[in-house]
Amino acid sequence: MSALSATNTLRPDAQAPAESAAVTGGRFHITSPRATMAKVSAYGVLALVAVFFITPLLWLVLASLEPRAEVGSGAPLVLSFSNFAKILNWSETFLPLINSAIQSGATAAITVVVSLFAAYPLSRYQMRFRRPFLYVVLFTTGLPLTAVLVPVYGAFARFDLIDNVPAVIVFMTATSLPFGIWLMKGFMDGVPLDLEQAAWVDGASWVDSLRRIVAPLMMPGIAFIAIFTFAVQWGNFYVPFILLSSNNKLPASVAVYQFFSEEGGIEFGQLAAFSVIYTLPIVGLWLVLSRFLRGQFSFSGAVKG
Amino acid sequence: MGLFFAGPIIYSVFIGFTNKALTGAGALHPKWVGLANYKELFSDPLFIHSLELTLIFVVGSAIIGQNTLGFLIALVERGKNSVVTATLNAVIISAWVMPELVAGFCWYAYLYQGGTLDIFLHHLGLSEDWLYTTPMLAVVIANVWRGTAFSMLVYSAGLSEVPTDLLECAKVDGAGQIAMLRRVIIPLLRRSIVTNLMLITLQTLGDFVLIFTMTAGGPGEASQTTPLYIYQQALQLYDISYGTAISIVLLIIGALFSLVYIKLIKVEDQL
Repeated sequence: MSALSATNTLRPDAQAPAESAAVTGGRFHITSPRATMAKVSAYGVLALVAVFFITPLLWLVLASLEPRAEVGSGAPLVLSFSNFAKILNWSETFLPLINSAIQSGATAAITVVVSLFAAYPLSRYQMRFRRPFLYVVLFTTGLPLTAVLVPVYGAFARFDLIDNVPAVIVFMTATSLPFGIWLMKGFMDGVPLDLEQAAWVDGASWVDSLRRIVAPLMMPGIAFIAIFTFAVQWGNFYVPFILLSSNNKLPASVAVYQFFSEEGGIEFGQLAAFSVIYTLPIVGLWLVLSRFLRGQFSFSGAVKG
Repeated sequence: MGLFFAGPIIYSVFIGFTNKALTGAGALHPKWVGLANYKELFSDPLFIHSLELTLIFVVGSAIIGQNTLGFLIALVERGKNSVVTATLNAVIISAWVMPELVAGFCWYAYLYQGGTLDIFLHHLGLSEDWLYTTPMLAVVIANVWRGTAFSMLVYSAGLSEVPTDLLECAKVDGAGQIAMLRRVIIPLLRRSIVTNLMLITLQTLGDFVLIFTMTAGGPGEASQTTPLYIYQQALQLYDISYGTAISIVLLIIGALFSLVYIKLIKVEDQL
């Protein structure tokens, strides 16, 4: 790169073609004799950012593997899986994870089905209340959930629904629906109407065409909404923390608290091990999803509305 | 959805005007107290303090931190497709997709006295409990760490749609990098910027878990943003009606932001 830049400085006429090549290659800024500097500083910035982002993650992994949980204390690292061995039992890890899977899975499934049916008329028909309804959906997407939860707690207590898992799932679905409908409409708008019209001519009802044509064509979008909802609810701490109370119903997000002992001490190693086990499924799901989608298309649905 | 979303809000507007509590006289027979909760609220120094902290948290971590850093990373990474950027993206995105509680815990373990950073700084002769001396800075940095991925993804999606021939034209006309950024890229990204700013503002406004895990609002009230104050009043001190009144104020603030956002999108649609 530096050799090329030097040549360019010596022969200004050679710069123009080099430049346009660089521009069409998408690198609109690395074209001058300062290219090497620019490149070095760009990678320098990226390296700093990488350090900032990776240190806490690295700590988590090391702490989970260090039986004495004294990472960085200067003592040589001893790596073992003893922390994992200690927590891998039914009541501390498996049951909370199963609870999480049931609650987030049910929420994601109901959200996908309901938002599919809600988005269909919004995307396909010109109705009088379409725009206002969309704005209401967008508006509720923005409301801070934390602010709704205190009155919801009051209502749950009033109707004796505290510690009732189905009621919690219904509430979590209600909170995921606005964003789900919004995204679903965005994806559905991308499915051409002609295909459906062909099916209608052949005598299909709108439910048929939704099920047989629209839904399969927007599978990536549906997968995105399902996994997004699942991930959000998997990490949801506040709702189950407040609305559930029995130990055997708590999801992993709340069960983390079992590692904070009554004396105020924290079992750092076990907590880190638990966090790793609890985080891995979600990171895995996102990796699968990003492979599946191959790009940033998932966000175009959200941004374009 | 209507039942579960609008219901509680209407119900809460109602109990905001009563003296309902989970214990004591207010528990069985809540009385109508009119605007008393709200009068108390606006003369409550702790509430005003919590609003100020929420403002610092939103502006510092979302609008300045996540937004700028996300934009810069997207810009620097644009057009580069190497192992370095792919790895970096994977790390940034895992910070975002990991449960917020785990993120908070990571930062707690990293910053508390005796934690990782402390041990490193100890070798330099410094010892500091960052969560005690600079709790707001600590939660702001942690939230930048956690949330930057979202802005980065929005902006790299936006940047990938900026046509290269436009940049080429600007280049031919002699535009420098700064001019290109200001006159071409940022105007083209207007919609992404508005969307991103609104979404992260609203998200950060109601954030509870991260601060709760790291400092629980402390020491004292030094990092008690409004969501934490609501939690303390309603669910620790069992003053449901007062907590609800604060919730309503927070909801109104969120609603105002939402309305501005919808307004901006409407204007864009008509263009």
